[in-house]
Amino acid sequence: MLEVSGLTVEYAANRPVRAVDNVSFSVASGEFLGIVGESGCGKSTLLFGIAQLLSPPAEITAGSVTFDGTNLVTMTQRQLSAIRWRDLSVVMQSAMNALNPVKSIGAQFADVLRAHGRPSRKEIADRSAEVLRLVSIDPVHLHSYPHQLSGGMRQRAMIAMALLFTPDLVIMDEPTSALDVVAQRSLMTQIKDLQAKLGFAIIFVTHDMSLVSHFSDRLMVMYAGQIAEIGDTRQVFGTPLHPYSRGLLDAFPGIRGPRVALTGIPGAPPDLSVTHAGCRFEPRCARRMPECQTTAPDLVNRDGSDVRCLLYTAPATDPDAGTDASATTSTDATTSTNAGTAQ
Amino acid sequence: MTELLQADHLTRHFKIGGTLSRRTLHAVDDVSFSIGEREIVALAGESGSGKSTVARLLARVYRPTSGTISFSGQPLSKIRSRRDALRYSAQVPMVFQDPFSSLHPVFRVSHGVLRTLKLHRPDLSAPDRQAEAERVFNVVGLGADMLQRYPHELSGGQRQRVGFAQALATRPRLILADEPVSMLDVSIRIGLLNLMTRLRDEEGVSILYITHDIASARYVADRLIVMYAGQIAEAGPINDLLASPRHPYTQLLLSAVPDPKAPPPSREALAAASGERGEPPKVVDPAPGCRFRPRCPISIDKCATVTPELKVLTTDDAAAHREAACHVAQAGAEVAAFS
Repeated sequence: MLEVSGLTVEYAANRPVRAVDNVSFSVASGEFLGIVGESGCGKSTLLFGIAQLLSPPAEITAGSVTFDGTNLVTMTQRQLSAIRWRDLSVVMQSAMNALNPVKSIGAQFADVLRAHGRPSRKEIADRSAEVLRLVSIDPVHLHSYPHQLSGGMRQRAMIAMALLFTPDLVIMDEPTSALDVVAQRSLMTQIKDLQAKLGFAIIFVTHDMSLVSHFSDRLMVMYAGQIAEIGDTRQVFGTPLHPYSRGLLDAFPGIRGPRVALTGIPGAPPDLSVTHAGCRFEPRCARRMPECQTTAPDLVNRDGSDVRCLLYTAPATDPDAGTDASATTSTDATTSTNAGTAQ
Repeated sequence: MTELLQADHLTRHFKIGGTLSRRTLHAVDDVSFSIGEREIVALAGESGSGKSTVARLLARVYRPTSGTISFSGQPLSKIRSRRDALRYSAQVPMVFQDPFSSLHPVFRVSHGVLRTLKLHRPDLSAPDRQAEAERVFNVVGLGADMLQRYPHELSGGQRQRVGFAQALATRPRLILADEPVSMLDVSIRIGLLNLMTRLRDEEGVSILYITHDIASARYVADRLIVMYAGQIAEAGPINDLLASPRHPYTQLLLSAVPDPKAPPPSREALAAASGERGEPPKVVDPAPGCRFRPRCPISIDKCATVTPELKVLTTDDAAAHREAACHVAQAGAEVAAFS
């Protein structure tokens, strides 16, 4: 349904910053795609690029976003307005800032509905009450102002607003990050329920990998503007292929099991305004090899996941090469060639 | 373990509304706890549960409505002179949540550390101050060359380390850290958490770690205090408490923590969870009774009328010193509200 191909977004400056670099993926209807990564790795820019919400200095310099058969990148603002909210809606990160503080929830819902037709007052009232009920908010709150609602309710009201026209795709940018764990889980469960009921697809961006672990169908790990790994969520969590995915996953202390010392991922994401000859994760990688400095890895398919790492680009398909991390750090080059001959 | 800080029946109310309003917000209500030497105590709870108000009471930003705080056996209410106040704030500094707004953008980061040293340790000469600033920067894992940087040149993790360096410069005995890692990326959080344990082990500092992230609390803390609606719901040694939570709220909190390593919950489990709306409790003019009762599946009649006090529970392990404010748990019954 959504096909992103070769999308590249640059922030114009003396040295242009390529925040999203040649990203391609697709979302099937009814699918839940999670996108994770550190701050500054291009997650939000990618979302804005898909929704055509980028404003200068950010600009799409290459690629296309095909949604229901039409390319959004080449559309005019007028054509986009017709699609936005009706077929594709966006839930912003902070409901506190995204809702208008001086208008009641109902008035804001009415604005959206009037932007796409000439509904009667009754139609507006009925539809608004209906979507609020969907997210378990009492319709009396249509007369409430945002400050009268709790954080969780505001966030749910935002989601209700995104569902006014039952869109095919809802894009969510960290909708739960301002909530505490109990409210977070309740909201996630509700989103999942609504999706099952209404059948829309979701692109869900978060920096909290554990949050999507139980909810998304597929997971995309972004690093430095590129896809590091994309695959079935359970598989990425079970056997993360990219060292960055593994690092992200290992950065979470558990609440069960023994307490073990963790290290996190040393260093910081690279400066995207300079070009990188090799792998962008190489300076922080625990499994780097000599050729990582010079050869930029491509996405390769491995066990159903796509991963961008030289560990998997060697002709070898030796399963040990993927799991035997400690042994291969220093002698990776030789192991991969050995594995090749072993085949 | 000797107690470094002791809070007894600490209460802080805020008047809300206009001048004629009689409504009172009970931000912190009758809270008693202690922090020992070389101990990291985690204070957890949802937003609005009164965690930050406790930190501000301990930092003397707010005066308590009632109740007492003593530090090293001395009640804070005895602090009268500026000298005593300075000495206290040097021993109990604060590290703030947002490393992007807590550093002055037009000064080099050395500015904050050097000024702190000048104010709190006037006996040091200028070269001594510089040497001390370099020492604390090294302790928090920043090189001495970082002193000359401006805040915008540093990453979030590095800025938060500067916050800890400033706190360390005063030779503190207890650092109040209010959500020090919640604004940071997951990948750098661990580094800060490791720093906190190192400060405890090597510098002998106690830390009050305020957080809503139970997993990170478990990673660093020795003891856990769970707050709910301005009161302590449960307190005890963290491993023991998390292994067998006795208060229904602690159980709810734990059940909501996503565990990426666990298999996904069943549809029934999710359906049961979606019944829990996670609405914060009302703490404006609260009626007597347990404040968790509206969300509690196992409440008894007594919960509606009598506010449960925090009491030591009888457990198998007497040394564990587990406390909970729950009538059901105190009666010795098995509490299994949320799993």
